[in-house]
Amino acid sequence: MRFINRHPGRGNQLLLALLPFILLLAAYFSGSAARLQDNSDDKLLPSAAQMAAAIDRAAFREDRRSGEYILWNDTAASLARLGMGLGIAACAGLALGIISGAFPLLRAGLSPFLAVASMIPPLAILPILFIVFGLDELSKVMLIVIGITPILARDLEQKAREIPRELFVKAQTLGANSWTLVLRMMLPQLCCRLFISLRLMLGPAWLFLISAEAISATAGLGYRIFLVRRYLAMDTILPYVAWITLLAWLMDYLLRQINRRCFPWSEGAET
Amino acid sequence: MSFIEIDNVWQEYGAHVVLERLDLVVDEGEFCTLVGASGCGKSTFLRLLLGQEAPSRGTIRMEGKALVAEPDPDRGVVFQRYSVFPHLNVRDNVVLGLELPQSRFWGRLFGRKKRAARQEATALLEKVGLSQALGKYPYQLSGGMQQRLAIAQAFIMKPRVLLLDEPFGALDPGVRKDMHALILELWRETGLTVFMVTHDLAEGFNLGTRLLVFDRTRQDPQAPEAYGARVTYDIPLNADRHASRKHLAALSSRILGRTSPTFPEGANA
Repeated sequence: MRFINRHPGRGNQLLLALLPFILLLAAYFSGSAARLQDNSDDKLLPSAAQMAAAIDRAAFREDRRSGEYILWNDTAASLARLGMGLGIAACAGLALGIISGAFPLLRAGLSPFLAVASMIPPLAILPILFIVFGLDELSKVMLIVIGITPILARDLEQKAREIPRELFVKAQTLGANSWTLVLRMMLPQLCCRLFISLRLMLGPAWLFLISAEAISATAGLGYRIFLVRRYLAMDTILPYVAWITLLAWLMDYLLRQINRRCFPWSEGAET
Repeated sequence: MSFIEIDNVWQEYGAHVVLERLDLVVDEGEFCTLVGASGCGKSTFLRLLLGQEAPSRGTIRMEGKALVAEPDPDRGVVFQRYSVFPHLNVRDNVVLGLELPQSRFWGRLFGRKKRAARQEATALLEKVGLSQALGKYPYQLSGGMQQRLAIAQAFIMKPRVLLLDEPFGALDPGVRKDMHALILELWRETGLTVFMVTHDLAEGFNLGTRLLVFDRTRQDPQAPEAYGARVTYDIPLNADRHASRKHLAALSSRILGRTSPTFPEGANA
């Protein structure tokens, strides 16, 4: 049988899915054990026990200096920034996408501008944001918003233009005006797409968040990682990276579930 | 006065002439079938009637007034594909046609009006044979059922003109026959004027009271796009059907007042 026609069974599917994770962990811990045997003070590849101790310090004990639980404090700060940034970007992207996707007159002015704006590397204007919006929360949220909105808007504009002409005509024969056409036809179809686009933009959103936090913050997951880097504290950095990955995966999962719940019609839809 | 008058209409896209010197008079209640080779302007003609495009030259008048150059509720349409909204279930696809004209801001009805609209939509959907599928989304329907839905959606507006762009082109022969029966039944009851583009000559002869053949009368082999198509044959068909429908319409308006047997209100008006 050709390789292309061979499918895994259900048990094998699970096994194959777990295999890369198991291999990675095995490679890490064997390397860690070897290095710690040579030098018990080695900081590069900490053991599971050392990482567990670091997690315990960060998550379950009050910090001696600030009296806070560092991990939860960092998580709350980061998620607040990320949520606000993604929320604003989603609303702005949806509005811009609909405006330039629905109305040719407005598209003529907006679409070329969005095409150029989405090419600005957001990190290149981070210094400008710090200068304009200060070093507080606003500049970090703005980095996410500025980095993501143009791409979301362009994606949604594209999707809006892929809605068949026939449906626009049909809606008008059913008595829609420009506004109700947007409200009853385009908005529901593009909201569905918005959640897909947002899932794709989660990666860049985290990237912008951590970059901004690394440069200027007093709390946050990215801030912590870059802070403890000075002490070569791999036992803290590695659990933090795993925690960030888990959070990002959960957000992706959540968005997927929302999409499935709210837009049951989209599974078989062609657009 | 005739219902639709088409007066020396040309449609050109740059140097490409699609329709030329089109003159046509159509009475209210006629069922015109449009046939012809691919690319000879049948669908262009339909788009002109729909208002999706404006003619390059000439005028189209409906009851003496120039046609509005954008789609409106007076002219219903069923396309071959993409005729129904994928994000609405069967009933809401039809209810939408009742909601949009009544609610200019929200595009939605609430409370008692919503219930009334749902009842009206459900009644029509029963008529086209979709009563079992009210809650389904279009992607869950077969091609024939989707077209039934599209037809119901068009008829809920009680349009004066119905434009059909190869509506049954993608359907199996058996399903197509059922659809013919359905569209004829609805046409008889409502008395609207139908224009239907078809590739199937037999379908054109069977359904119409008038068959319009589109073809190019002039050919230039050096420049095939230099001349457009015209109506080369205009064949009256099924005269008895046309006449009987006229009698029925006269009867129902004189004797039965303004109620037709199955439609809630006389769509003849």
